Amino acid sequence: MILSIPRVVSFLPGVPVTSTLPSQPKDADLAVSARPSAQGRFGRYGGQYVPETLMPALAELEQAAAQAWKDPAFTTELDRLLRSYVGRATPLYEAERLTAHYCRPDGGPRIWLKREDLNHTGAHKINNALGQALLALRMGKKRIIAETGAGQHGVATATVCARFGLECVVYMGAEDMRRQALNVFRMRLLGATVQPVTAGTATLKDATSEAIRDWVTNVESTHYILGSVAGPHPYPMLVRDFHAVIGQEARQQCAEAFGRLPDVLLACVGGGSNAMGLFHPFVQDRSVRMIGVEAAGDGVETGRHAATITEGRVGVLHGAMSLLLQDDEGQVQEAHSISAGLDYPGVGPEHSYLCEIGRAEYAAVTDQQALDALRLVSELEGIIPALETAHAFAWLETLCPTLAAGTEVVINCSGRGDKDVNTVAEKLGNQL
Amino acid sequence: MIAMADSLAPKSNTQATISSRFQRVQAEGRLALMPFLMAGDPDLATTAEVLLSLEQSGADMVELGIPYSDPLADGPVIQAAASRALASGTTPARVLQMLIDLRGKLSIPVILFTYTNPLFNRGMERFCDEAAEAGVAGLVVPDLPLEEAERLSPLASARGLDLVLLVAPTTPAERMARIAESSRGFTYLVSVTGVTGERSVMEERVESLVQQLKLSCSNPVAVGFGISGPQQVRQVRNWGADGAIVGSALVKRMAAAAPGFVAQEAGLFCKELRNAAG
Repeated sequence: MILSIPRVVSFLPGVPVTSTLPSQPKDADLAVSARPSAQGRFGRYGGQYVPETLMPALAELEQAAAQAWKDPAFTTELDRLLRSYVGRATPLYEAERLTAHYCRPDGGPRIWLKREDLNHTGAHKINNALGQALLALRMGKKRIIAETGAGQHGVATATVCARFGLECVVYMGAEDMRRQALNVFRMRLLGATVQPVTAGTATLKDATSEAIRDWVTNVESTHYILGSVAGPHPYPMLVRDFHAVIGQEARQQCAEAFGRLPDVLLACVGGGSNAMGLFHPFVQDRSVRMIGVEAAGDGVETGRHAATITEGRVGVLHGAMSLLLQDDEGQVQEAHSISAGLDYPGVGPEHSYLCEIGRAEYAAVTDQQALDALRLVSELEGIIPALETAHAFAWLETLCPTLAAGTEVVINCSGRGDKDVNTVAEKLGNQL
Repeated sequence: MIAMADSLAPKSNTQATISSRFQRVQAEGRLALMPFLMAGDPDLATTAEVLLSLEQSGADMVELGIPYSDPLADGPVIQAAASRALASGTTPARVLQMLIDLRGKLSIPVILFTYTNPLFNRGMERFCDEAAEAGVAGLVVPDLPLEEAERLSPLASARGLDLVLLVAPTTPAERMARIAESSRGFTYLVSVTGVTGERSVMEERVESLVQQLKLSCSNPVAVGFGISGPQQVRQVRNWGADGAIVGSALVKRMAAAAPGFVAQEAGLFCKELRNAAG
């Protein structure tokens, strides 16, 4: 019995799914999401705000990706490795006890988990790392750099670099190296160099800046495996497309499991890669609600949070125009979250766009709510989710009472929580 | 004194435009010397003193950084300068006020160097209005490549501000010609594949890049990123460039100066560079 989580005793009657959307997006708006403009614009978001030195490399990458997707040799190899090396397809798992936990006298939503935590290396991140490593091989680049926050993208990148014999340098904030010591060791075991970044807040934002500076310096020999749907065009589209396998599988699995589309998709959002991967194949299906959950840290009202869409203003960071946590002078602010993977003051431009056109909804939960959800899911389902993923689960507390009986909810269970055990133990040590 | 009020200046204040200054420098057979410093490092009062000292020590123009929290194109020296400047409370508005206060005292063109977000946050049009009002001659925005500069360039030009675009060693020839064509005031040739910071040797390919740019467009060409001292200024001059931008080396020298001697130290370094630049 989880006493720390208040049970909801009252509930709102079920409401028609579409009435909760802030507005009705137009067909043309939805089409932009499928394919941004030539400069990588999703509406006003996206673009390429980078030093000139990188512009030819971005053009080369966009061209290489476009050619690769048309080349059966590439798609066959990617598909083969996703199955045999990553372990796809990941199951769509019916979380019966979690469903029962949120069941009311009149019934309640049914909760399904898309088990990305079962992928090799323990999170969705390897979908993109694998795809980009194959692209790097096609472009003849033998040196790989990456940034990492929680270390999951760093581990995934170090893993595929080991697999293909590529040199790998991972930039990681010194503060994150402390929080995620296990992943630092894993990356080193895989033969990668982990480069500590002490500038700024020593977290993901600064690691990303340093990775971009490395790329500016070594662009002719190096491919940058950016780990989220952020950064300059074509990265938001490229990373999304490699993760879209999550939503494509889920779509088919929903049809097999309950014979129709899901009603609600739920995913955590830092930069937003796992959410975009799940959402993308459903963007045109208006009946499917898409909800991204951000990190509210100590609470959005405290100013110590990472809830970019909830609280940010339009700005430019790491090569893209998107919503951004910034002060009155346009200086980028520190983000705060218990989860290193969500501790980022920016967000992928397509999320800002989906929010603006009213196609996706965004919410935020605090560190404490995420911790409570992590315990709940661990105890009810025997699955310890990553702290990042726990943010998506935490929103069930607010969401479920508003959903009609029989609503089919798919949560992207984006990563497993082994890496977070030290952090969770520090916070919950006395309670367990 | 080498620099004096520019009689060619078409503006109401006493400051010259970038073009008129290049014309004069070229007519005199010299290389335009363009030191960079970060506004507000360590404070704006010092910056004002340094600007005057640089003019007196032979700078033809000055590139003035407005600090930003995430300077992607900058190496450790300028990053640290930006952090110090932000810590001293430097904002775009305060930098422009300092320039207004220097009216009538500073006659060389001032080119602001900053990133997209502080400009976007202020509003591109509003910022250009305010910069023009403060007598600024031009803007360099290193994370605003050709495609993204299309909106800002006409806004700036309409207010008499030159938006200077950058070309890099990785830029293909055809693109280089398009950038040079769109750049105003001069074309900024980034001399290294990398971020700002001193380099012990200049890459040989810079010479052919300078030649290529001179052939493709009538704009003056100034070389920046990685120029550490008089020897490299001389080299850039011999390669046929019209200007040399010296940043990290000056910023480092200023940071090492004893309190109260920052402007003097900057002036001394500038004179060394001036001798090399002719």
